[in-house]
Amino acid sequence: MAKISRWGLASAAAFALAGALAIAPVSQASAKTFKWANAGDVSSMDPYYRNETFLLAFLENIYEPLVRRDQKLGLEAALAVKWGQSSPTVWFFDLRQGVKFHDGTPFTADDVVFSLNRANSGGSNMKAYFASVKEIRKAGDFRVEVETKYPDPLLASKWAAILIMSKAWAEKNNAQVASDATKNEENFATRNAMGTGAFVLRERKAGEKTILVKNPNWWDKPTHNLTEVIFTPVANAATRVAALKAGDIDMMYEVPPQDTDNLKRDANINVIEGPETRVVYLGFDQERDELLESNIKGKNPFKDKRVREAFYRSIDVEAIKRTVMRGQSFPTALMVAPGINGYVKELDKRPTLLKPEEAKKLLADAGYPQGFEVGFDCPNDRYVNDEKICQAVVGMLARIGIKVNLLAQTRSKYFTKILRKSDFKPGETSFYMLGWSPAATYDVHNVFEALIQTPSAASKKGQFNVSGYSNKAVDELADKMEAETDVAKRNAMILEATKLYTQDYAYIPLHQQAVVWAARKNVSLHQPADNRFPLRFVTLK
Amino acid sequence: MIAFILRRLAQAVGVLLAVGFIAFSLFTYIGDPINAMVGQDTSMEDREELRRKLGLDDSPPLQFARFIGNAASGRFGLSYRTSDPVGRLILERLPATLELSLCAAIFAVGLGVPLGVYTGLYPRHWTSRALQAVSLIGISLPTFLIGIMLILFFAVILNVLPSFGRGDTVKFGWWTSGFFTWSGLKALILPSITLGLFQLTLIMRLVRSEMLEVMRTDYIKFARARGLSNRAINFGHALKNTLVPVITITGLQLGAIIAFAIVTETVFAWPGMGQLFVQSVQFGDIPVMAAYLLLVSFFFVVINMIVDLLYFVVDPRLRGMGAAAAGRH
Repeated sequence: MAKISRWGLASAAAFALAGALAIAPVSQASAKTFKWANAGDVSSMDPYYRNETFLLAFLENIYEPLVRRDQKLGLEAALAVKWGQSSPTVWFFDLRQGVKFHDGTPFTADDVVFSLNRANSGGSNMKAYFASVKEIRKAGDFRVEVETKYPDPLLASKWAAILIMSKAWAEKNNAQVASDATKNEENFATRNAMGTGAFVLRERKAGEKTILVKNPNWWDKPTHNLTEVIFTPVANAATRVAALKAGDIDMMYEVPPQDTDNLKRDANINVIEGPETRVVYLGFDQERDELLESNIKGKNPFKDKRVREAFYRSIDVEAIKRTVMRGQSFPTALMVAPGINGYVKELDKRPTLLKPEEAKKLLADAGYPQGFEVGFDCPNDRYVNDEKICQAVVGMLARIGIKVNLLAQTRSKYFTKILRKSDFKPGETSFYMLGWSPAATYDVHNVFEALIQTPSAASKKGQFNVSGYSNKAVDELADKMEAETDVAKRNAMILEATKLYTQDYAYIPLHQQAVVWAARKNVSLHQPADNRFPLRFVTLK
Repeated sequence: MIAFILRRLAQAVGVLLAVGFIAFSLFTYIGDPINAMVGQDTSMEDREELRRKLGLDDSPPLQFARFIGNAASGRFGLSYRTSDPVGRLILERLPATLELSLCAAIFAVGLGVPLGVYTGLYPRHWTSRALQAVSLIGISLPTFLIGIMLILFFAVILNVLPSFGRGDTVKFGWWTSGFFTWSGLKALILPSITLGLFQLTLIMRLVRSEMLEVMRTDYIKFARARGLSNRAINFGHALKNTLVPVITITGLQLGAIIAFAIVTETVFAWPGMGQLFVQSVQFGDIPVMAAYLLLVSFFFVVINMIVDLLYFVVDPRLRGMGAAAAGRH
């Protein structure tokens, strides 16, 4: 009763106010304005500011790379029309002629050389893409050559993430160097942009809204029909959902899992979902001789393959998919996802689940008939439902006599705890959850290099191999595939190395989480598996 | 009076230093911003290098001293999250928060005082009882729930008000205002109600109990005996005598409205300082958090001082006494 009257009061008050304002003419938005929202803002307009999917994906609408990704993540010509290796250590890029920047200045090899150097210096976050590069040089007005220190078959693929900016514009505005967080000065490129892409930056209000308009002089034939795009960050998930239902936005990028069903029931809304390229997995400390957080002293149970197998085959990913993920996950047995070069479909089969007594027998054979106790580190704001997945794992392992002490914390604290230190000393964890996508190269070698090869300060490999898993045969294969240019030989190496790490139960891959977007019915768009949102594929009815 | 204000300002500096110091001691517990600042492929050396350059490996007192030193010369540094100058980030967000807080305060005081007077004068009338019952819910429902319910009702179901954002704004120098466009005014309604509802109930209940108290006093009876009009008695004599505690509470609540607009701003994607602060906490953006906390504590000090000065205006007894005595409460 009290509740009803309270609502009565609130609505009466608001009605009075709303009534007074309703007389105002509602301005008719122009026909093809597309409004969309995401939980967070793009952190900068500088394409080298962060090596982060959302930033790069957003800026790809304004800036363009030499070689861009098509709808299936394959490579296609953008600012370069032809590219390849003229010798094992020299790459060439023949540039598109007649392209103009948004301010009308022509695009030439100077812009490319300038941009690549800018991405590899100052406060740029993209330096990792240049590890193999020895020299970048102009070889004519529309040809750029790159000399590498060793054969790098993945260079063009990696550089799909390097966006090209106008040299003249950057120099004029004193933005020749990528902004540096440690310098106490503002960079013009943080809030302004000058590229060749399908959209022009009209207005940037950091944290509030960013407005793009169509580039009428774009070199490519537009596949979109938008004239204006308004992007707004809306942090609160419930507000984002309400805004979509009310028609205040046309599309939301991150859909909270609990709202997907609700949105699917709305006749005006389409929910678009597909697997993401990131694999979420669990890892164990196989490096220390005694676990940091366990009641077993003097030895490390995870060094025994039978223990890892018992863990792996007791975790029911299908149940996690059904209950925790509400169907929005794609269980996997591999550390890479479909769509990534080097994904081996025939090996993507998880071994069958063990009954608790079978798993207990494996543990007993390994010398732990009573099970044991172990700490478990999880983020609680990094992956979809991360903490809930970990809680489910705790329950599943309890059935085989493993007492898991879960510590779920915010990402900044979490990563500090578990990641390797600068001298490659192992992080402070015994059992942990991580997610990884080879976002730089779209190739499995990145996964071997970062997660599976033996960690070593000398070779710089295995930096994110938190577990310390080490298998010499895998190490050798991974090093060989890095420089192998023969596709068939390389695929054989990938197959072999993939078999080795899966048979070792090196990690417990769980699933690819689903990329879930939602849009109003009048919007048609394309959703790539790497969670980029290219505006050039959007049409409004 | 001048001495009183000067003393208050000196105290303000002490408060700011204390807040700053506590803030910096706590920042070590929010985690490491470096991992959020760099991409996943960034090498360990580069991470260490960045940490060293930002001075994050220094002790909290040293970081604090450096921050105060820079702040004293007007440099608040660059945001770790966006690389924007912190001073500008906050200045850009300040108008949105202040306009929202102002509207919420007007809503709370403008409705709270009359409703309080009404329920105080007619405590047994059924409308007063209903208002009392309703106000209980206003105090007990969490802000974000009220906000979401309002959005659901007015934006999704009725589709008359925007669900989020600030609408179109007009620029006056560095100040942006939503008061001069229809979309700006419409956008203010729901957040203002959400933010001000708690204060409204609080003020209403306070005025009511003070009114009940005052209406029983002798001078009100004398005033009636003198044949003064109800209007003169209720507002000229009774209400005026209830105002000292009301001003205290309203003043403190105004500070709270500004500081705790955080929740409302997050729900309505309102581009104000509160939202900026939430984003900064998630990221570990120390320069922005430090500057924000100092600014909010500065607001509190200033509002408190204004409240103390207002006592002189409403309470003639204080004008005869020393200013220092009035400063204590």
